[in-house]
Amino acid sequence: MRNTAQAPQTAQNLTKFDVALRGGSVAFNGTDIFHDLDLTLRAGSFTCLLGPSGVGKSTLLRYFAGLVEGDVSGTITCSDNTPLAGRVAYMAQQDLLLPWRSVLENVVLGAVLRGEKPEHDKASQLITEVGLAEAAHLRPAELSGGMKQRAALARTLMEDRPVVLMDEPFSALDPLNRLRLQELAARVLRGKTVLLVTHDPLEALRLGDHVHVLSGSPARLQDAITPKGQSPRNIADPGILAQQAELLGQLGADLSGGTA
Amino acid sequence: MSKQNNPHTNRKALSERRWLVLARPLIIIVALIITWQMLVIVTGAPKYMLPTPADVWATLIARHDVLFDHAQYTIAETVIGLFAGAALGTLAAIPMALFSPVRFWLMPILLVSQAIPFFALAPLLVLWLGFGLASKIAMAALIIFFPVTVAFFDGLSRTETGWLDLARTMGASRWRLLTHIRLPAALPAFASGFRVATAVAPIGAVIGEWVGSSHGLGYLMLHANARVQIDMVFACLLILCAFSITQYFIVDRVLRAALPWQPDSLKPAR
Repeated sequence: MRNTAQAPQTAQNLTKFDVALRGGSVAFNGTDIFHDLDLTLRAGSFTCLLGPSGVGKSTLLRYFAGLVEGDVSGTITCSDNTPLAGRVAYMAQQDLLLPWRSVLENVVLGAVLRGEKPEHDKASQLITEVGLAEAAHLRPAELSGGMKQRAALARTLMEDRPVVLMDEPFSALDPLNRLRLQELAARVLRGKTVLLVTHDPLEALRLGDHVHVLSGSPARLQDAITPKGQSPRNIADPGILAQQAELLGQLGADLSGGTA
Repeated sequence: MSKQNNPHTNRKALSERRWLVLARPLIIIVALIITWQMLVIVTGAPKYMLPTPADVWATLIARHDVLFDHAQYTIAETVIGLFAGAALGTLAAIPMALFSPVRFWLMPILLVSQAIPFFALAPLLVLWLGFGLASKIAMAALIIFFPVTVAFFDGLSRTETGWLDLARTMGASRWRLLTHIRLPAALPAFASGFRVATAVAPIGAVIGEWVGSSHGLGYLMLHANARVQIDMVFACLLILCAFSITQYFIVDRVLRAALPWQPDSLKPAR
């Protein structure tokens, strides 16, 4: 059984341990997705994984979540010598809201699934914090895409885990909503150890303290780019734009302005 | 886009649609009656082969007491059989979805059970369970069992994998995962199986009555047929039709009301 009995932590609490993956390997049907990979998630900071579709970003994230089955090796250790299992919250590209439950009922889902008493007051507070106070009693079908992802974010925060794993959480949104949600995520997740998978270099630079590019087959991690300043960063900042060009270069883009 | 959101056009379109929903069955019934009457005229069939709609209507009125008496039995058998079959199907589908050994042992048995023609089983059921209600209820339940089991099992095995991942990171127990995610997620599939079952349930009851009984519309039809009272046979058929349609309609409405989040039931509101 998974260790679920954890000391509750408030959202403002700083996560104080690093999470280190050493020698991580995953293969599907005999093909290595990645092999002997090392990645450290620094305590209380935002790590972004950037890479083309299908390179194995999601697999790497799901590895941290303990969701990968099959040909898997490697170790994940936490610097406080406590297992990671039971200390992660997971947010996917799809909102994964249950259509028969209201927003409020979805936000307290974790407690319900563990047989704990759902804390409705805290859930309402988080729903207000993500800007859904008016929609707390609506079902997902009545929400817009952006509102659904806000609800999913509230559900992730409700879990109150020191490590948050996010798999392209904003990529299905329109640009404006995406910016708003990035800002919200940067604010409400401050102090937690976050791993965010994205295919958007600007999103990675806006939110990430450490931005890694994952590329190749089997996939390899490139050295982290560390954007300056506190997130959410200004995407019009020349330094950020220069780093975006650098990331696009690492991803294999031709930056010469085209030859056609 | 703006046209669709205009409340006036929307309401008008909706009321027009509602009118059509009510009128459509009537139009179909009238058309069928006209076709029937035309068929009698064109073929020149005698009354003891193909009665006219008016003949059948007259029989319905004149013999309503007998018809009502026998219909009660058939309706009771069908409704009890429907719920018994659905309950058994549910009880079989859940362990099949949860435990793979149960699935491996039960699935072949289920398939074999479908290979047996139900007509062939009816005499045995009457022999074992007697001439009364029990054998007909068993017959209806048997017919219903398979579509409900298969549909529900299918729904339970196709839980959105993202939900399962989420539940795993949340530390869900197997039991709560079932009751809070897998079961509710499979309800629309269960509902479609139950709808199919509703449509076929009366068949089981009537077959049972044909094979051996002293009550019911099937019994009445068989005897009327032997005495060349074809108007009576048609009257029984009409009542069976009306009952099947009513039952289906009620079940459909109840299922829609019970699953308001089902994509299918959201459509009319749009």
